[in-house]
Amino acid sequence: MLHRLFILSGVAALGLVAMPPASVAGEWGAYEVGDIRSGYTYAAEETRAIQDDEFGNPGFIWVDYGEELWSDVDGAAGKSCESCHGDASAMKDGVSGMKGVATKYPVFSESMGKPINIEQQINNCRVNNMEADPYKWESKEMLSMTTYVKYQSHGMPVNVDISGAIAPFYEKGKNFYYKRRGQLDMACSNCHVDNAGNMIRANLLSQGMANGFPTYRLKWQKPGSLHRRFRGCNKQVRAKPYANGSDEYVNLEVFLTHRSNGLPIETPAVRN
Amino acid sequence: MAKKAKARIKAPKSVTVGEPFEVKTLISHKMESGQRKDKKTGEKIPRMILNKFVASYNDAQIFSADWHPAVSANPYMAFHMIANESGTLELTWTDDEGETFAKSKDIKVG
Repeated sequence: MLHRLFILSGVAALGLVAMPPASVAGEWGAYEVGDIRSGYTYAAEETRAIQDDEFGNPGFIWVDYGEELWSDVDGAAGKSCESCHGDASAMKDGVSGMKGVATKYPVFSESMGKPINIEQQINNCRVNNMEADPYKWESKEMLSMTTYVKYQSHGMPVNVDISGAIAPFYEKGKNFYYKRRGQLDMACSNCHVDNAGNMIRANLLSQGMANGFPTYRLKWQKPGSLHRRFRGCNKQVRAKPYANGSDEYVNLEVFLTHRSNGLPIETPAVRN
Repeated sequence: MAKKAKARIKAPKSVTVGEPFEVKTLISHKMESGQRKDKKTGEKIPRMILNKFVASYNDAQIFSADWHPAVSANPYMAFHMIANESGTLELTWTDDEGETFAKSKDIKVG
């Protein structure tokens, strides 16, 4: 640290500083952990201001709606989420409360023999415990509930465990991430590892971290799931996208979420 | 979805006489501009926006705005006001079909 200070002040004294370095360690506080940086640090100042304003952030419309749904009784069993889980914002041991829950997802599901993400867990609960119809992926209800559940862990670091049964699925996700695909023959990593921080036409490429999803995207004018983002990226390299909730995308989500371990959950994040 | 639009207001509960304060509002709305086409049928999607925003305090209009198709979805509007007596701040949004969405908040002056 002392060393860096010395160099910086030395350069400044010579009057050679034209541009600050792209990233000074510690500049972004919690949004930066080691080498990994949240998409927040790549967003424009105005976009960051929208996210930081808990009132102006339009993602909170979905958080509010999710809160309404939380206590809505639905399905043949006559239950709501609240009937089993209680107050979503409370931290209780075992099943109750949702605080911190989202930091661990995707998790390995013993009953399904594969990893599942939050959307799938919500629908598992709806079908098996509430005996209600599952929410459609990307529907207002699903996005609201996911956003609401993830918001309960707002600011807590992502902490996905990839040891044990989930390990082979993590490897599959990693394989997907580094594998070239589509007519443009590009892998996820070509943009988000090799060229993070560079411009792709008018857009600044981020490291593609998963900690802010569902993210309110100004382009979409609503929040979208991580899988919607995957589909968009796949289409942009002219590859055929997989279905929302497909095994390929969930495996990729395992890899990607583990990659953002340590970054705070920003749901609902705002991006351009 | 139960309701077509859902509004949020943020304003201080109590203020001092003559002291300006900020009122922030946010409402969920798709704000369909009327310029898009349905990708499958090629038909124009009819315009459906909130075209009028009115703020009144104790039934007297204090602020209003005409909105046009370029306003984004889920519009955010903030303005400043001064209150000299306690009362109710009432906000009303009107859409192209004439449907209104209202939300109010009591403000105490003292």
